Amino acid sequence: MDFKLSEREELLRKSTREFAESEITPGIEAMEETGNFPVDLLKPMAKLGITGLIAPLEYGGISLGYLARTIVLEELARVCAAVATGMQVHHMAIAQLNDFGTEEQKKKYIPPLARGETMGCVAVTEPSGGSDVLGIQSTADLKDDKWILNGRKCFITNSHTSDYWLVIARTGEGPKGLSAFIVDKDAPGAKTGRVEHKFGLRGSNTGELVLDNCELPRENILGQEGGGLGVALKTVSESGRTGMAAVALGILQACYEEAGKFATERVLYGKPIGALQAISFYMAEIYTELDICRLLCYRASWMKDQNLRFDTESAMAKSYTCDAAARCAKKAIEIHGAYGIMKEYKVQRLLRDAMVTISAGGTGEIGKVVLGRAALAPFQKKG
Amino acid sequence: MERVIVCVKPVPDPKAWDRLRLDPVTKTLIREGIPSVINPLDKHALEAALEIKDAHGTEVVILSMAPTATQPVLREALSIGADRAALLSDQVFAGSDTLATSRILAAGIRRLKPFDLIFCGNYTLDGSTAQVPSQIAELLGVPNIMHVTKMEFLDARRLAVTQKIEQGYAKLEAEPPLLLSFTKEANKPRYTTFLEILAAEKREISLWTNSHLNLDPALIGLKGSPTQMADLLVQRKTRQGLRLEGSPQEMAQGLAEKIHQLGLI
Repeated sequence: MDFKLSEREELLRKSTREFAESEITPGIEAMEETGNFPVDLLKPMAKLGITGLIAPLEYGGISLGYLARTIVLEELARVCAAVATGMQVHHMAIAQLNDFGTEEQKKKYIPPLARGETMGCVAVTEPSGGSDVLGIQSTADLKDDKWILNGRKCFITNSHTSDYWLVIARTGEGPKGLSAFIVDKDAPGAKTGRVEHKFGLRGSNTGELVLDNCELPRENILGQEGGGLGVALKTVSESGRTGMAAVALGILQACYEEAGKFATERVLYGKPIGALQAISFYMAEIYTELDICRLLCYRASWMKDQNLRFDTESAMAKSYTCDAAARCAKKAIEIHGAYGIMKEYKVQRLLRDAMVTISAGGTGEIGKVVLGRAALAPFQKKG
Repeated sequence: MERVIVCVKPVPDPKAWDRLRLDPVTKTLIREGIPSVINPLDKHALEAALEIKDAHGTEVVILSMAPTATQPVLREALSIGADRAALLSDQVFAGSDTLATSRILAAGIRRLKPFDLIFCGNYTLDGSTAQVPSQIAELLGVPNIMHVTKMEFLDARRLAVTQKIEQGYAKLEAEPPLLLSFTKEANKPRYTTFLEILAAEKREISLWTNSHLNLDPALIGLKGSPTQMADLLVQRKTRQGLRLEGSPQEMAQGLAEKIHQLGLI
């Protein structure tokens, strides 16, 4: 086994870290206040290579793979989890187009997304729920060679900043009655609804998409008619879960750094509080969680790069890391004492951000359903 | 403009400086466990070179004297955009002071002939002597402009260079061959793009020992260094409290007087 990152991966980390610290940090306060995604960062992020990270070379991307993506998202989230979340969903849209698009669709949509000229989102969740994909009520009917979509998508990341929405809607009954569509934000009947005001991941845009007799050309179906369930599940399981896990991993790294700095700088009873066993045990727990999560996240994305099946591993990385980030953010706040709940200190933001990652990109509970099934599979009796 | 050589020194990461310790016997920095990074001002020298490359397609070559373990730092310089690198590394170079280092770097530069420009950072963060650039220029017999804050081309060869001097700024005109050493005011170094990281994997790092440079061992390394470290002291920074008493006006008056006394305003 080889746990060492390559020189390339180390350079990607370094370059993303330098960029995030210098270019993203100055905008965090505004993001926290306004709740707006910093769209001005798209161009510089594209120049660095973040927007086109997993897009294939032939469609204007860099094709660096999922381990590289995890490292890059982790570094973005270490500084600002909201920006990392916007990018992770942008990557999901690219992955979905690349996995299910026709050659024409890939050529048309992926290059501008990879170059950061446009932004993308994946819209599965509806007011009736997100985990229950089969409960989707939005409809798509074929009339006069056009798809007419009706329905409402909610809690969609990048809803108001995206140019293309990848939407799942009902074209029939049952599991084979779902299909995926590419909706241009300017299509007739495509509207954005309310913008959500979240307590965490403030700078990541979340809101509603409204399809009101939305007219799409017939060729805007993504994948096979009736194949929407597979489209949604593959994207959520592969790029969605590994992406949110990477965001939570970055939050966890930030928890470790903030807690470590405070524990060595804050003096009580004549010595840094890190010398107190209670605090050093908290640090030990955060340190261990960080390592567990990093190994889980890197393994899942490495498996994707090796073309191995990794739905269990991505669910494990996602559900464990997001929970661990929240647990460790709480510990980091406790290490800070009263300072931890002051807005001037970063740790309070880390807890708010970590909490949002738990339900985003496939809830922790759904992840555990996948894991429970995998855990019991070897013991199930046949027949 | 055919070739620009950029001298780059791997230095201990400033972010880890509070972990740096001095060896009480050898009076050198204990670098173990401290990551190396490109000397920050060298990034400004590299950026200036890359701007010339962007405009004229000039080849940018990195030159460094360092242990072979610092190769990732050179790889990083390549991934920022340099075309190739030469690493000067040999046991006999160890312990070189600024003069011996300059002799080694000048010999490396001669091997890279022909060149038009040599760019350096104004000083390195670990040594901070700022002696090496001028010594290299002297050994090579090329003019040297230090403290460069701005550089632009007047025509295909002539350069207008702004130099920071004690009284302000001096504007100079010069022609290659020329050695310039840059301050951080000169430019904003670019970020390493992912595409360049990939491209840099194919760029060559040549390893040159003294067998390539053929320098007299008496002129390099510890033996060839006229400067000997007598002692090295760690500067301790402590806070000193001052308690003012009296009415608010009296305390404000006292504070103002103290500030004046210390020459802070």
